[in-house]
Amino acid sequence: MLTLNDVVIRYGSAVAVDGVSLSVERGEMVALVGPNGAGKSSLVNAISGVVPVASGSIRLDARSAQVPEGRQMFADMSVEDNLRLGAWKSKDRDPAPIYEMLPDLQRLRRQKAGTLSGGQQQMVAVGRALMAKPELLLIDELSLGLAPLVVAGLADHLQKLNREHGTTILLIEQEIALAFRLCERAYVLEAGRIVASGESAELALDPALRDAYLGGEVGGTPRREDAS
Amino acid sequence: MNDFITYLVSGVAIGCAFALIGSGFVVVHRVTRVVNFTQGTLAVFGGLIASTLLKGALPHGIAEIVAVLSAGVIGLIFGFIATGKRGTPPLISLLITLGLSTLSAAFFILFWGQNPISPPGIGGATDVLGARIETQRLLVVVVTVIAFVVLSLFFDRSYVGKGLTAAASNPRAARLVGINVRWMGFLSFGIAGVLGGLAGVLIAPTNAVSFASDLPLALGGFAAAVFGGLVSVWRTLLGGIVLGVVGQLVAGYLSGSYQTEVALLMMLAIMIVRYKSLSAEEAK
Repeated sequence: MLTLNDVVIRYGSAVAVDGVSLSVERGEMVALVGPNGAGKSSLVNAISGVVPVASGSIRLDARSAQVPEGRQMFADMSVEDNLRLGAWKSKDRDPAPIYEMLPDLQRLRRQKAGTLSGGQQQMVAVGRALMAKPELLLIDELSLGLAPLVVAGLADHLQKLNREHGTTILLIEQEIALAFRLCERAYVLEAGRIVASGESAELALDPALRDAYLGGEVGGTPRREDAS
Repeated sequence: MNDFITYLVSGVAIGCAFALIGSGFVVVHRVTRVVNFTQGTLAVFGGLIASTLLKGALPHGIAEIVAVLSAGVIGLIFGFIATGKRGTPPLISLLITLGLSTLSAAFFILFWGQNPISPPGIGGATDVLGARIETQRLLVVVVTVIAFVVLSLFFDRSYVGKGLTAAASNPRAARLVGINVRWMGFLSFGIAGVLGGLAGVLIAPTNAVSFASDLPLALGGFAAAVFGGLVSVWRTLLGGIVLGVVGQLVAGYLSGSYQTEVALLMMLAIMIVRYKSLSAEEAK
């Protein structure tokens, strides 16, 4: 569905992404993790077509939509207008299916998006992206700045979306434990290069990765799940 | 008293023209962050094209509509020239619009000569509280109010209008949902052309326009737009009317040559008073 081959992205003379190859198959939920400034956002913006690729190729044979970092609301417009604008390129602008999937949004539909909490805005951002009826959903930072409970709720919605609607998801996430828990497969990006990839369960056991990124956090994750 | 009412109504009428021109500034600035200094020029285009079409025996109504739409197309072309190159900074685009405005003045002299031209309006006069007022001036007010209602319905209710607002409010998100932000910018210039053209068509029968009218019209419009913080069209309407009335009263009781100075002083005063809120809005 999505294949990146040796992709290089530059901003002036700075190289943000340096020869990345990866692939996502239909129906998968794949994570792209790594520290701040690793080039994750550049990569996802290139897939969305808003950042040019200096060399290499991106092959995407599906409709995609992005949930951008920082949620990027149309702040002075209502939730419903935000959703309807998500369908800019399609004829079907009825938000009813989104309300069915994310009932909280129906309650908030007349509120201005700028007045919502971070978690509510993230839900609007997801809903707005879903209005384009994407086969591939790109999520740039799901958990950033949100309370764990809110993140857990959003994560449930994504898993449901993936399992019940068959939407393929590429999740960009700094909180690696969360990414590994949600996605069966992951790529680790560091300084513009893929440094590790494979099954999340195996990556989580990799001692080098544990030391570098996880700080023993992986062990904590199942306990959190038990509690919920 | 009669003099006062005459000044008041003609002030409101010219203020409406300023407001139409000013709302053109607002629409373009909201979407592109460019201050479009062809705004007065577009009004002159409207007035002059209408005069030529009327001389060519097109009937009233059709001539004016064609002139307004032509100004819209010219606005679109200006927008394409000023902002068409990807990544042009707003300040450079502003300079390009200044250049286009100067170039247009030469074009006006070439095709319409140097003398002010006043196409025929609807003619006649109407009694307003005992004062005889040219009916054209009342028409200006009525058409302007309709134009503002249509403009705000367009932005608040129509999908394309919402797309324009979205492109203005968050260009990055707009791009991600597939809105072509550059095309929205061109469209805003086209709308500004229609608004400017409308101002020119309406005002020319009572206030003749020439190649030199663009600056006073643009200044009046800009002052009105600054009154609206360069974001609100309704406050721009209010600003235009205040400016028009004060200008006419000054011209009537003091001297006609002070009108432009009044616009400049008002702009200066508003900018100083509103400086904080303006810069806060910019920061958003």
